[in-house]
Amino acid sequence: MNKVYADARSALAGLLKDGMTIMAGGFGLCGIPETLILAIRDSGVKNLTVVSNNCGTDGKGLGILLDTRQIKKMISSYVGENKTFMNQFLANELEIEFNPQGTLAERIRAGGAGIPAFFTKTGYGTKIAEGKDTREFDGERYVMERGLVADLSIVHAYRGDTEGNLVYRKTARNFNPPMATAGKVTVAEVEHLVKPGDINPDHIVTPGIYVKRMIHVPTATKHIEQRTVRKRQKADAPAGTGEEV
Amino acid sequence: MPWTRDQMAERAAKELRDGFYVNLGIGIPTLVSNYIPDGMSVQLQSENGMLGTGPFPFEGEEDPDLINAGKQTVTELPTTSYFNSADSFAMIRGGHIDIAILGAMEVAENGDLANWMIPGKVVKGMGGAMDLVGGVKKVVVVMEHSAKGDSKLKKMCTLPLTGAGVVDMVITDLGVFTLDRHGGGLTLIELAPDVTLDDINAKTEASFKVANTLKQ
Repeated sequence: MNKVYADARSALAGLLKDGMTIMAGGFGLCGIPETLILAIRDSGVKNLTVVSNNCGTDGKGLGILLDTRQIKKMISSYVGENKTFMNQFLANELEIEFNPQGTLAERIRAGGAGIPAFFTKTGYGTKIAEGKDTREFDGERYVMERGLVADLSIVHAYRGDTEGNLVYRKTARNFNPPMATAGKVTVAEVEHLVKPGDINPDHIVTPGIYVKRMIHVPTATKHIEQRTVRKRQKADAPAGTGEEV
Repeated sequence: MPWTRDQMAERAAKELRDGFYVNLGIGIPTLVSNYIPDGMSVQLQSENGMLGTGPFPFEGEEDPDLINAGKQTVTELPTTSYFNSADSFAMIRGGHIDIAILGAMEVAENGDLANWMIPGKVVKGMGGAMDLVGGVKKVVVVMEHSAKGDSKLKKMCTLPLTGAGVVDMVITDLGVFTLDRHGGGLTLIELAPDVTLDDINAKTEASFKVANTLKQ
């Protein structure tokens, strides 16, 4: 069974249809599957519901699919960095369902784990809880939230072997591993494609069972949203970098 | 004289204890990391999926794969660990983070907190704020005492809530209040230099008690 496809277009072939739900990994522009997003743009598929913590920035990440008006609805926790988003939202061309970030992450984790609903303290007594079941456990009030699954999940990983076992790099991990579990089909783009056995099995974060298709993106562009730096003092050594896996 | 933003951050840093796991919000709370006392070990959590968040990188060493919850480039420390966002919020929701220090638009005397939306204005989303205030052991708000002349310490919040009955302490430019969210209300425990109890009374909508130990 070959999971590796030549390019993003062929990896998504047969998976896209109008009105579908897509989960897209990433936090801000960090760890986003932008090569797959570009291929979704080129496919012309529309009326998408997209589950992602943010919606990219203007012209970057999921912002690419806003420019072409392919997104009908976002399920996100924060969308503050995107003018196109705000313009389409204010013109009633885009729906938004805000989820608290941890509730969003847990809905995805639960969806992938076959758990249809769970109770959380988050949001009890706020607008987020309106219309939802609530229940008391051990003297505290909790809100019921539903698990979330998608027709397709697209994720970005640092290293993957041809079996689909994935390793992520630093904070580019974010929503990618839970989303990889919650797609009916998950397509992964990996910066380094290696053969089985090249990744220490103890270090694998996403086991290959969750990944149906993958592409190699050795030259994927990575964006920095907020470039913050400090001045170097004479005594300072270079910033430490941990051992790569 | 009221406290400056940096002095408010410095005061908030006094709530840290050795060994604490800490989540800092955006704005004044971020400045708290500049006032961690020498010799005290605290680990900063970034809710996107990092414990042990280091300072900003030196110019030229920015890494697009290494950012904090404010999407700013940061660095790794020897103590750093990475995890996914579901695990990150399990850590938060599960009560494993000792303290969260964050900003607010309004705090009410019952501990309600509002900091994510203003009706009629564009809403950007709550991010992780609702999870943090609901799950972290101690919630400290750092904010200006007033906005456009109106007290931000309210009898009841007028804005949509981020959390109901969640705040434990409020540090403003005028002083420090503890908050007993189980019905005990607000207690003024400290005044900024040259700020008087009369000043606080004149500028505070919420009712509050005054601690016996208040330093005037």
